[in-house]
Amino acid sequence: MSDNPSLRTPSQRIAWAATIIVSTLVFIFLIAPILAIMPLSFSSGSYLTYPLPGLSLRWYDDFINSPRWMNSLKNSMIIGVASTLLSMVFGTLAALGLAQWKSRLKPLVLAFVLSPVVVPGVITAVGLYFFFAPIGLTGSYLGLILAHTALATPFVVITVGATLQSFDTNLARAAASLGASPLYAFRRVILPLILPGLASGALFAFATSFDEVVIVLFMAGPEQRTLPREMFSGIRENISPTITAAAVILTTVSVILLATMEGLRRRNERLKGGNA
Amino acid sequence: MTDALLTGADASTEVPLKRRLRRAERTRQVKALALVLPLLVFLLFTFAGPIAGMLWRAVDDREVRQVLPQTVAALADWDGKDLPDEKAFAALAGDILAARTSGTIAIAAKRLNYALNGFRTILTSTARNLKAVPEPGTARETLGKINPAWRDRATWATIKDASGPVTGFYLLGALDLVRNVDGAVVAAPADQAIYRNVFTRTFIISLSVTVLCLILGFPVAYLLATLPPGRSNLLMIFVLLPFWTSLLVRTCAWIVLLQSKGVVNDSLHWLGIIDEPLRLIYNRFGVCVAMTHVLLPFMILPLYSSMKAISPAYMRAAASLGAPPVTAFLRIYLPQTLPGIGAGSLLVFILALGYYITPALVGGAADQMISYFIALYTTETANWGLASALGAVLLLATVLLALVYGKLVQGQQVTGGMKN
Repeated sequence: MSDNPSLRTPSQRIAWAATIIVSTLVFIFLIAPILAIMPLSFSSGSYLTYPLPGLSLRWYDDFINSPRWMNSLKNSMIIGVASTLLSMVFGTLAALGLAQWKSRLKPLVLAFVLSPVVVPGVITAVGLYFFFAPIGLTGSYLGLILAHTALATPFVVITVGATLQSFDTNLARAAASLGASPLYAFRRVILPLILPGLASGALFAFATSFDEVVIVLFMAGPEQRTLPREMFSGIRENISPTITAAAVILTTVSVILLATMEGLRRRNERLKGGNA
Repeated sequence: MTDALLTGADASTEVPLKRRLRRAERTRQVKALALVLPLLVFLLFTFAGPIAGMLWRAVDDREVRQVLPQTVAALADWDGKDLPDEKAFAALAGDILAARTSGTIAIAAKRLNYALNGFRTILTSTARNLKAVPEPGTARETLGKINPAWRDRATWATIKDASGPVTGFYLLGALDLVRNVDGAVVAAPADQAIYRNVFTRTFIISLSVTVLCLILGFPVAYLLATLPPGRSNLLMIFVLLPFWTSLLVRTCAWIVLLQSKGVVNDSLHWLGIIDEPLRLIYNRFGVCVAMTHVLLPFMILPLYSSMKAISPAYMRAAASLGAPPVTAFLRIYLPQTLPGIGAGSLLVFILALGYYITPALVGGAADQMISYFIALYTTETANWGLASALGAVLLLATVLLALVYGKLVQGQQVTGGMKN
């Protein structure tokens, strides 16, 4: 606690101690539920209570051998990867364009592009349900991929846009002055430099699709149910330990995504430090 | 044409540099716009179009017009003061017979039943008992005999009000308002007036969650912003891990923790604090706890970045000028965090307003927010007009708040720039 230089009076020390105590409690509040659910998935009993009667992998076995759960995992992957790829294309192009575009309309266009994040999921879902049903896109993979792409692209625009903001445009100019065509300069100069931004955009996009459930609730047929969708109906009916196994699998995916994100951020900071 | 070609060829010598620069800049701008265009077109198809369609459905009213076209035409100049004339009765009898043949009567019956409870029965019983086209001049008598409701002005007023092609019926309904027999807007009968209640509830839950997030998030953001970077990065994991964890996992976790035989109740029982398990879930308490957990990172992150921008020199300056810590905090530190508090609170409030999944899973019947009713009317009862109208009200609230948020965040960036 001595690392805070502004602490001189006793009252300041008390305030600082209180901050630490309250923060610790909030950290416990944030983390404990996620940690508490994990051991239950390894329980040998079928009740979701502590103490565990014994350890077993039967609920993971249950998950892996259930066509319903495996199908939902497959669907989540298909829809997640496809909408990530699509949103990367649309989002990166748009971020590149917005970085160069100067117009009074720009804030308006930016607000429109980002609006899928703010508009409540139910509203987007109801709109899409009415709009996609007559053209046969409800109950189809394509419909879900398009919808998830619309939700995920704003994150790509934000992350790639942020990377472009710190990008030194002189480098592109230098490439051009050395005779590189715009496309060549993009591929050899710009792309490698903004790659970390693209990667975090992709992670965000995938996470958005992988966690989305409201639109899936409205639009997916029995064939397209994703992992969160199966969890939703599972929680509604009766929480079995298989759901906790699914939760652990989902959390593992989140941890991998978060770790990759953190790695990218650190790498970026190191590079920045190296340049300075 | 030749002139243009000539000037084009001589551009390097004839056209002033300024103009050529401007032209090059214009080409650049067009190219930039061309890069944004695919996304705009895509969002038009997958986002803006569908939402515009939903808004249209909130005022679209063509069912009755399609099923009972002659009646709608005959009622066009009806002043609504007395029963309509014989012509309207004859038109209705004709329409009902035609609709019975084509099997469309249920469509109109469903729409009219929204406006007047029991209209479905009136229409279907009339359709069943009307044997043939009434003799000229006897339509009024015939229909009145089949169902006395046709002698009631309100029945006809309902048809006229539903004549379309656009209506304010659903939007009024979303605000618990109806048009009475005379066309005046009045409060809906108490047993049908539920939406103002639902909106109030949505507002109260969102506000409670926002306040809880602010109270819990402020010290955490302060700690993270004050600690040296190495340590705060480590602690940031506690905020980011829940942020990245699936909403379903977190909601599921709270059910496991809070259920009557859950971890919390078991621990309290074991500690001897309670004898009977507390009811912690499927009520307002559960909704607020789970939503606060889900939305807390959205409060901490903007608060953290606004606090990170506050130079510790200000506090030191205040202290050196003799300000007691509490005064320095209230007068120097807190005002500088206000943009962060505003941004975080608005963000959490906006997100909370539209919440569906968490209240649906951990709330009771009295804790369902507006999104639940929109979903219910869309998929269960297929009252798409009302679903769309409720959606329009929610969308309006969200957009207004988002505009305020945009102004706030923009202002914050400006002041941030000035400080640097």
